[in-house]
Amino acid sequence: MFRNLNLDLPAGRCVVVRGPNGSGKSTLLRLAAGLYPDYEGGIEAADAFYLGQKPGISGLLSPRENLQWYRRAGLSAGGAGSPRAKRSVDEAMAAVGLEACSEIPCARLSQGQQRRAGLARALLSPLRLWLLDEPLTALDAQGRSLVGRFIEDHCAGGGAAMCASHQPLGAMDSAAIELGGGR
Amino acid sequence: MFAAQFRREWLCVARARDEILNPLAFLFLGVLLFAMAFGGDDEALSAYAPGIVWVLVLLANLMSLEILFRRDFEDGTLEQFVLLARPPFVAVLAKVAVQWCVTGFAITALAPLAALMLSMPPEAVPMLMLCLLLGTPALSLLGAVGAALTVGVRKGGVLLALLVLPLYLPVLIFGVSATAAWAGGAAEWAQIYWLAGFTMLALTLSPFAVAAAVKISLEEC
Amino acid sequence: MLTFKQFWHRLGSPKWFYRMSRPWFVAFAVAAGVLLGVGLAWGLAFAPPDYQQGDSFRIIYVHVPAAFLAQSVYIVLGAAGVLLLVWRMKMADMVLETMVPFGLWITALALFTGAVWGRPTWGTWWEFDGRTTSTLVLLFLYFGLYALRQAIPRAETAGRACAVLAIVGTINIPIIKYSVEWWTTLHQGATFTLTEPPAMPPVMWAPLLVNVVGAYCLFAANLIAQLRNAVLRREGGAQWVRDAVAAEAA
Repeated sequence: MFRNLNLDLPAGRCVVVRGPNGSGKSTLLRLAAGLYPDYEGGIEAADAFYLGQKPGISGLLSPRENLQWYRRAGLSAGGAGSPRAKRSVDEAMAAVGLEACSEIPCARLSQGQQRRAGLARALLSPLRLWLLDEPLTALDAQGRSLVGRFIEDHCAGGGAAMCASHQPLGAMDSAAIELGGGR
Repeated sequence: MFAAQFRREWLCVARARDEILNPLAFLFLGVLLFAMAFGGDDEALSAYAPGIVWVLVLLANLMSLEILFRRDFEDGTLEQFVLLARPPFVAVLAKVAVQWCVTGFAITALAPLAALMLSMPPEAVPMLMLCLLLGTPALSLLGAVGAALTVGVRKGGVLLALLVLPLYLPVLIFGVSATAAWAGGAAEWAQIYWLAGFTMLALTLSPFAVAAAVKISLEEC
Repeated sequence: MLTFKQFWHRLGSPKWFYRMSRPWFVAFAVAAGVLLGVGLAWGLAFAPPDYQQGDSFRIIYVHVPAAFLAQSVYIVLGAAGVLLLVWRMKMADMVLETMVPFGLWITALALFTGAVWGRPTWGTWWEFDGRTTSTLVLLFLYFGLYALRQAIPRAETAGRACAVLAIVGTINIPIIKYSVEWWTTLHQGATFTLTEPPAMPPVMWAPLLVNVVGAYCLFAANLIAQLRNAVLRREGGAQWVRDAVAAEAA
């Protein structure tokens, strides 16, 4: 799908991946996340936080239960040397505005609320590289500005982010790579 | 890792009770159908009871396997599972353990009822339960490999059966022969050791296969 | 002189394989033709009839090689699965793809000839005895591999999924075989074992041996030919394939 793609993402930077449908934005992010083994070439990245097109939130569980699982499993997976999660589950839910529905099974929440729960995972993750696939999908204006702020804060704190998006991502638009021609 | 995953799966299962109850209801419906098919011939029924029970257990297990990974696959949690699970086989084991609790273990607990309906001799019931307890983990573990391979396949149910049922054959053979021997009054331990051995082998190897298969299936999306 | 490591690496390269394999194919195809021609003619026409079974025993000259191959091909598939998953060898994926239908047919042939032989010998077309049952299970295992590949659209994914299944199947085959054979057995013991001399007189087993070796050569020739096809199919866009095809056409 790609040829001669060479990408260097230093800490503190955010890069936006653009391109028409089918140009491979999602594939690139999944590659970076380590979800495809059959690429030819090298990826030198730390373990990354990945938010896919599906939010990765179980509909049977409430936002709190989803996030608790993510935090516990993530912490035990972190291994030696990784900084512990910065926030508690409650703080993360408050940050995305889900306190009011933290105990309701996610299947009964709206699309936007589910996306917010998925986003809250990013705040729990100790990992420095964020890979966000269409993070603005289904979010309202307030939610979209929230995403922009999260990314800015993350990068300011020494993290890095790579986002695939059709919509403008606020201040982070400066660094963009353009993937040409769909398949 | 095991504890976190086990807790999560347990919560999910508790929220979707129909998914636990359907295979169990299927098992007893099957028992009922066989009892009717034998038309009240209790002697013939009790002679074939071990085989009937085991075949129904195999099928009931298969039914609950289809949804083992499907829900997680559809809402994207399976991707996170793969990225988080370190080591992956431990997380897989937690998932399969919960599935076994609500099928294999539940079936074992309810086996006396099925044995009663199929007019098995009461003395054979404890051994039937022991065989089920030893054999069903192997079913869940092997079946999870098939479930992980077919999770990305639309309407993967029949395919799953096709992949998994041939692998179930040793459990069926040893389970039926041990149960039948004890029902006939012979104290046969060999097949029970075989069942336990087969389960141990499945326990050692299949979590790795499941972890690999889940990763492979995720490439599809 | 190639070191083993270089040879290993090159065997995984479709281009190298395609360039080198033509003489291998010719060698195995000729060997298979000669051996099977001689073996079948010898076995079917010249070997003496069995004193109990008469002429009907002659079907072993087809049945036994087919049954041998049925099991061997699955083990080859399991090995290819390991190569694919561990070393990402592209050629292994092609082996997994092309040899499943071959295994399916050869297993069906073994079952069919077994049934035809069983009728006059045991008085029944079909009997759930140890070896027929485990061969039937093998048929289902092959069919499972075939069905799984059909069901998954993306070729690389399908290949790796089949690899996992083939490995699981290979580990299970001995267990299934043992359990089924232990359950009940009516089949005669194996005709050939590695450790004991056969009970048949040499005039009867010699053609059988020739046929078995011939069948393996046929398998090797078929494997190489199918792999060459698969290489062309999968690497069809590459420049070297166009050059190679142009060179062959000229």
